[in-house]
Amino acid sequence: MSRPAVDTVEVAATSPSQSQPFKELGLNAEEYQRIKDILDRRPTSSELAMYSVMWSEHCSYKSSKVHLRQFGDKVPAEAKDILLVGMGENAGVVDVGHGLAVTFKIESHNHPSYVEPYQGAATGVGGIVRDILTMGARPVAVQDALRFGPANAPDTARVLPGVVAGIGGYGNCLGLPNVGGEISFDPSYLGNPLVNALCVGVLPADGIKLAKADGPGSHVVLFGARTGGDGIGGASVLASASFEAKGEKKRPAVQVGDPFAEKVLIECCLEIFAADLVTGIQDLGAAGLSCATTELAAAGTGGMDVDLDLAPLRDETLTPEEILMSESQERMMAVVTPENLEKFLEVCAMWEVTATVIGTVTDTGRLVMRWHGETIVDVPPRTLAHEGPVYERPVRRPYDQDALNGEHGNGLPRPKSGEQLRATALKLISSANLADKSWVTDQYDRYVLGNTVLAQPEDSGMIRLTDRALDGSGEADLGVAVSVDGNGRYTRLDPYAGAQLALAEAYRNVATTGARPLAVTNCLNFGSPEDPAVMWQFAEAVRGLADGCQQLGVPVTGGNVSFYNQTGSTPILPTPVIGVLGVIDDVSRRTPMALRGDGAQLYLLGDTRDEFGGSEWANVVHGFLGGRPPKVDLTREKLLADVLINASRDGLIDAAHDLSDGGLFVAVAEGCLRGEVGVRLVVPEGLDPFVFLFSESAGRAIVAVPRTEEVRFTDMCTARGLPATRIGVLDILESAIEVQGQFRLPLSELRTAWAATLPDLFG
Amino acid sequence: MAVRVGVVTFPGSLDDRDALRAVRLAGAEPVPLWHGEKWLSDVQAVVLPGGFSYGDYLRCGAIARFSPAMDSIVDGARQGMPVLGICNGFQVLCEAHLLPGALIRNRSQKFICRDQAVRIENAGTAWTADYEDGQQLVIPLKNAEGCYVADERTLDELEGSGRVVARYLDGNPNGSLRDIAGICNAEGNVVGLMPHPEHATDPLVGPGTDGLPFFSSVLRALVGAA
Repeated sequence: MSRPAVDTVEVAATSPSQSQPFKELGLNAEEYQRIKDILDRRPTSSELAMYSVMWSEHCSYKSSKVHLRQFGDKVPAEAKDILLVGMGENAGVVDVGHGLAVTFKIESHNHPSYVEPYQGAATGVGGIVRDILTMGARPVAVQDALRFGPANAPDTARVLPGVVAGIGGYGNCLGLPNVGGEISFDPSYLGNPLVNALCVGVLPADGIKLAKADGPGSHVVLFGARTGGDGIGGASVLASASFEAKGEKKRPAVQVGDPFAEKVLIECCLEIFAADLVTGIQDLGAAGLSCATTELAAAGTGGMDVDLDLAPLRDETLTPEEILMSESQERMMAVVTPENLEKFLEVCAMWEVTATVIGTVTDTGRLVMRWHGETIVDVPPRTLAHEGPVYERPVRRPYDQDALNGEHGNGLPRPKSGEQLRATALKLISSANLADKSWVTDQYDRYVLGNTVLAQPEDSGMIRLTDRALDGSGEADLGVAVSVDGNGRYTRLDPYAGAQLALAEAYRNVATTGARPLAVTNCLNFGSPEDPAVMWQFAEAVRGLADGCQQLGVPVTGGNVSFYNQTGSTPILPTPVIGVLGVIDDVSRRTPMALRGDGAQLYLLGDTRDEFGGSEWANVVHGFLGGRPPKVDLTREKLLADVLINASRDGLIDAAHDLSDGGLFVAVAEGCLRGEVGVRLVVPEGLDPFVFLFSESAGRAIVAVPRTEEVRFTDMCTARGLPATRIGVLDILESAIEVQGQFRLPLSELRTAWAATLPDLFG
Repeated sequence: MAVRVGVVTFPGSLDDRDALRAVRLAGAEPVPLWHGEKWLSDVQAVVLPGGFSYGDYLRCGAIARFSPAMDSIVDGARQGMPVLGICNGFQVLCEAHLLPGALIRNRSQKFICRDQAVRIENAGTAWTADYEDGQQLVIPLKNAEGCYVADERTLDELEGSGRVVARYLDGNPNGSLRDIAGICNAEGNVVGLMPHPEHATDPLVGPGTDGLPFFSSVLRALVGAA
């Protein structure tokens, strides 16, 4: 059988004027010329495929790089104490003590999840889990931040159930507890949902693995699933350009996941790590083999020889270009010394994982690939991995920004009477953004691995890392807490403040459960970087986030940028999603959100102002967006966090819940429903009942304080200068929320309104 | 000498570590077993844990039941060795014909994870002796294929001979016929259970400790027999 002719280096050198489809692959004329300058000839078609995916926005961060540098420039002083691996690797690694380290990262899979919701979301989970695994860590938990179009839109009924089933189908089968996340709805996400997946992993502090091919003569092993025709061109074509016009044609470009293959790959890798059998490892994600080979080579000795025809295939008709671009899932690449190879292959055989030596590390400074003996790639790997184009895109404040901020909405009619306040409360609690999310989260396994201390709807997910019952060591069990948050409306009104508010909320959520916030990951979801107004939003959000992290003393350890989230020329609300990781020395001290304890006093911590810009109230009741988001006060956030952490450690509070979307009423309702307890609320003197119940002022939480600890708790707040206002008392006999002098709402009525929304919409 | 209870890991098993932990918390010695080994390492009882063995390919549990370890486990079970199959383990026991019936897709067509109320209907098996008949428990349930089905005659036979071990309360989560959550063989040494008692052994990470007696029961049965 004869093979189709391939474009070799030899052919390329002798046919300089042959036209090549660089534009179709997403490269512009200047970028194509640069490739020719680097190689001193035209690229072969395989090389062109590699440059196109590696220089895509998705892989090269060419539009965002100049802004993201701030995370390094403004790294807080605290970072040096905890950061074992910073940005630039597959995921950041944080020292949590007891000889353990934790790695975590969030990543987007937005466009594939719109095209094919189930597989798009499933492979989003698979991809981030492999990033965590690649660091040498056992993945221990996942979370998802999801955003969809209006809850009642027909297309949301297509996208949401598919995304949720995909996340569950993949994550449940991998055996990773899903312990939190968020789901919200806004018309701007109708043609462009956001599916951001976060994974947390744990590893010995001295067991970190890096993606580099060191030591000439070492073997390059491709292992895991075979390479197929799925996800070809996904990185450059699907993730970097609007698919609006060509949606049908690109449908097969979404990868197809096999969670069972990933589960055995995880166990296989962990056994390989434990036996110390690899010198470098990289997962195959976006840009598949192109990315893994170039990144490994670029970070190591500098060269690699690969026989591409040795790669095991699912489809024998794939061309070398397709193999290089394929994003088939559940594949890894390892660098293994000759003496370790046999043992490495034995472990793979035990787990029935296909493993194939496809190349060798060299010190030539070139990445050379052959196809049945003919050289089809010969490039300096750094030019693909690190020396791609960098753009300083034009930035322009949106023309409508002043008008948007000027429309403050102070004239919107507000509820006045108790009856009106009661109706507003019910309307908010039953709105899709604030309603019970268990229709979604009950499709995720939150128990597997047996270390889930807190899971959704708690303020943060919390995972136990050490278990005294098993190893009998230590005085307490160490844990980590993670929360992800974002608010596109706040960010639209003020991207600098919006990013900080998202950071502050995630930080506050972690502290609310009693954990000390340590580090940050982020997923920056924006429209087209070629739109100067979008680029302004992006630049402001990054600046806000970098400044905020510096002030709070929590370094950014990594993340992901997702551009081109738009339908036609209309971008999504700018949506930075921020994940914060915290540590808790004794997980038995965690603070739950369920209000409990008959007679416990309910305290409101922080200041409540008349702040409704970007609020759920303005959104749900008036469909209005304008004005300014709530004021950011990071010094206050830090103080609040300190109080919540100390109160947890010293056992001063029974419960705590952060105040965010929908304000105090929503937080109290969630706490009462979870704890099955009633409360009598008193509106503090000088505060308007409407503002008290629904304002979204930041830097606030409610806590339930047992009577025996009330003096100690309030003394602590006074001494530290944190406003603490007693707003009510818990009553197990009452089974209603009563706002004194305003209204009474039985928990049963509240629960019906809260719980029915999503099942009614999605079945 | 501590009682040795083995937990089998198939490719795709997920709750194996949790089952090992539950065995330890109950006071027995947990022994990890690999599906590819016939040798059962002198264990006196075996737990087949939850998960997605072989990715649920073909049918849940259909491939796992042909593993070398299962040959020895089936022999042991026929000679009276206590065997507990949880979730996917229950599916494996049905595929191996140690238990009658089958587990099919939940009626809702969705994976469901929730704290489930169940009632112990038979406290006479090797795995339920530390409960009382009629005792109500809350233990996590998490499955996509948890709907127990069998023909009417088999169901009547199970009911008539006290082989329905546990039944769902407060709403059937998956459409199981006659609200069946768990059954046993005629001798009572082989029990299949859809909910996960290993996740209700430590109140910090589960809804309570209602699941622990499954593991202490077998310990007592074996110590008593020794």
